[in-house]
Amino acid sequence: MQSQPLSGSESQGASDLTTSPGSTPQPAPQETGQVSQAERWSSLIGGGALVLSGLRQRSLRGALLAIAGGGLIYRGATAQKGIQEELGMNQSIKVEKTVTINKPVAELYQFWRKFENLPHFMKHLQSVTVVDDRRSHWVAKAPLGTNVEWDAEIIDEQENHLIAWASVEGADVDNSGFVRFQPTTGNRGTEVKVVLEYNVPGGAIAAALAKLFGEEPEQQIGDDLHRFKQLMEAGEVATTEGQPKGG
Amino acid sequence: MKALCWHGANDVRVETVNDPKILNPRDAIIKITSTAICGSDLHIYDGYIPTMKSGDILGHEFMGEVVEVGSEVRNINKGDRAVVPFTIACGSCFFCERDMWSLCDNSNPNAWMAEKLYGHSPSGLFGYSHLFGGYAGGQAEYARVPFADVGLLKIPEGLADEQVLFLTDIFPTGYMAAENCNIQPGDVVAVWGCGPVGLFAIKSAYMLGAERVIAIDRVPERLQMAKEQCQAEIIDYEEVDAGEAVTEMTGGRGPDSCIDAVGMEAHGTGLDSLFDQAKQAVRLETDRPTALRQVIVACRKGGTVSVPGVYGGFLDKIPMGAAFNKGLTFKMGQTHVHHYLRPLLERVQQGEIDPSFLITHRLKLEDAPHGYEIFKHKKDNCIKVVLQP
Ligand SMILES: NC(=O)c1ccc[n+]([C@@H]2O[C@H](COP(=O)([O-])OP(=O)(O)OC[C@H]3O[C@@H](n4cnc5c(N)ncnc54)[C@H](O)[C@@H]3O)[C@@H](O)[C@H]2O)c1
Ligand SMILES: [Zn+2]
Ligand SMILES: [Zn+2]
Repeated sequence: MQSQPLSGSESQGASDLTTSPGSTPQPAPQETGQVSQAERWSSLIGGGALVLSGLRQRSLRGALLAIAGGGLIYRGATAQKGIQEELGMNQSIKVEKTVTINKPVAELYQFWRKFENLPHFMKHLQSVTVVDDRRSHWVAKAPLGTNVEWDAEIIDEQENHLIAWASVEGADVDNSGFVRFQPTTGNRGTEVKVVLEYNVPGGAIAAALAKLFGEEPEQQIGDDLHRFKQLMEAGEVATTEGQPKGG
Repeated sequence: MKALCWHGANDVRVETVNDPKILNPRDAIIKITSTAICGSDLHIYDGYIPTMKSGDILGHEFMGEVVEVGSEVRNINKGDRAVVPFTIACGSCFFCERDMWSLCDNSNPNAWMAEKLYGHSPSGLFGYSHLFGGYAGGQAEYARVPFADVGLLKIPEGLADEQVLFLTDIFPTGYMAAENCNIQPGDVVAVWGCGPVGLFAIKSAYMLGAERVIAIDRVPERLQMAKEQCQAEIIDYEEVDAGEAVTEMTGGRGPDSCIDAVGMEAHGTGLDSLFDQAKQAVRLETDRPTALRQVIVACRKGGTVSVPGVYGGFLDKIPMGAAFNKGLTFKMGQTHVHHYLRPLLERVQQGEIDPSFLITHRLKLEDAPHGYEIFKHKKDNCIKVVLQP
């Protein structure tokens, strides 16, 4: 991947990497710069304009934990990665999708924060049961009528801005992610960004899980976000399922 | 119920299918009393619109009686008579709020397909392929109308179906095409294509203050209608070079605005059209832009090119140099039908226009395949077919 020059700090306070034409060209930091990776993660999570596609294989969970733990404790991130590699869970799928919704931040955040609402628009979720303030139990539909389940824990929460979570030990599929809500320019609604990471174990389960999350996980998350938008803006999810057709 | 189903290029059949049901709270079910065949349907009939599936129900110009409403539809009641915009729109997204209804964010369940092709998805459309939502169309006895609370326009007593049916598409489409020309007093507007859309564009251009309208086609009865019913000056492009003729007729300066009411399947007489036909046949090019090329070259400097004609994909040899160096403005898109419903209904009520003037054929729904056949080949002087279920 290409490295990019560091520029000034973002409105959210996190440092950001941009290719803004105005900034004086600086020598690109070497990608040995682990800090650079961590900073980029924190920028992504904290509200920077940076996108996922430029990031190297690096644990989202680690980054989330590091940031939730107060600033850039980069060691957290590397440690996490080490564990995953030891477990043979290095086949990670990262997805990033953003949608703009014509509703205020608070309304969207509050709806999302009631995790029981999520199956209304996340097609593959069967149920989410809230256990307590931080924990919830997730059941997703898997191929051949089976389910995958996991417990998730909120690892960072900033009201009306961010919810970050990670599955706890013993999950059928190790996953972590965050959803971030930010007002757009000119009061034109809210940008909702979801970043997810799955660590898919090898072998047969991997194949099943790959199907579960689709050949194109980006598209699935995109579709989920579309449905979220439809539900919030139009009050219902557009469908043609069950309409007539010829033989 | 009976419905017209697509089974492949030039293969449409009236079949018995299930009745539609309410699927969402903002749906309504309409018992269709009148429905029409549109030039846009021909692009599907001819096999140029991708993502059609065998069995898809066609039709997007329809009206009728409301027979059922979903739990969230409160402004329309069972028994109301209403017309249905061919664009499906939610009424509350960024685009709907800004009156850009055909760009609605929330009505295409297959938005991802359109996003892959176009970057972003336009609104869902009735009976217009899965790329635009895969909604069952209205060449049928009944249809389900999503977002009925913002889409349906109740029709007052005393107006016949034929006077209001075209509010669903071609009247607003012709009107928006003319409005997009930003017509100023003294303007000359040239319209390529004297099909239903072109004819409404001519009438609308006059309504909006054009001083002269020049119309181009080659089908005699269509040119005749443009001249006699719509007061256009006409050019038969098979007799003369349309571009040259338009230039001569506008004192060398060119028309202030030009409307392409032909679209992706333009017929052509020159070498370039042979090239397009060959490329389109082997799918190297999706659209044949003969008319669009002429429009760009004919338009006066600083003028406006308005494109109601439908394009679907990739076009070859668009004279971008001419467009750029003449500083042209381009306006186009599927019609924001919702925006025009009430104002155009008023014009009908006030007797400014009787949109039924272009109907040449009234057929039973069962005869829809014949309707497609004569409309496509301009047989039997066919200009517009209305079907009664
Ligand atoms: N923008 C929208 O929302 C919208 C709505 C309805 C229809 N449409 C489109 O508008 C177009 C016209 O629709 P219609 O119902 O009038 O169809 P139509 O097929 O009846 O009319 C097209 C006319 O163009 C003429 N023509 C063909 N090649 C020509 C050329 N090179 N120069 C001049 N004229 C030429 C044909 O002879 C015909 O009369 C179609 O592309 C249709 O899909 C767009
Ligand atoms: Zn149409
Ligand atoms: Zn909308």
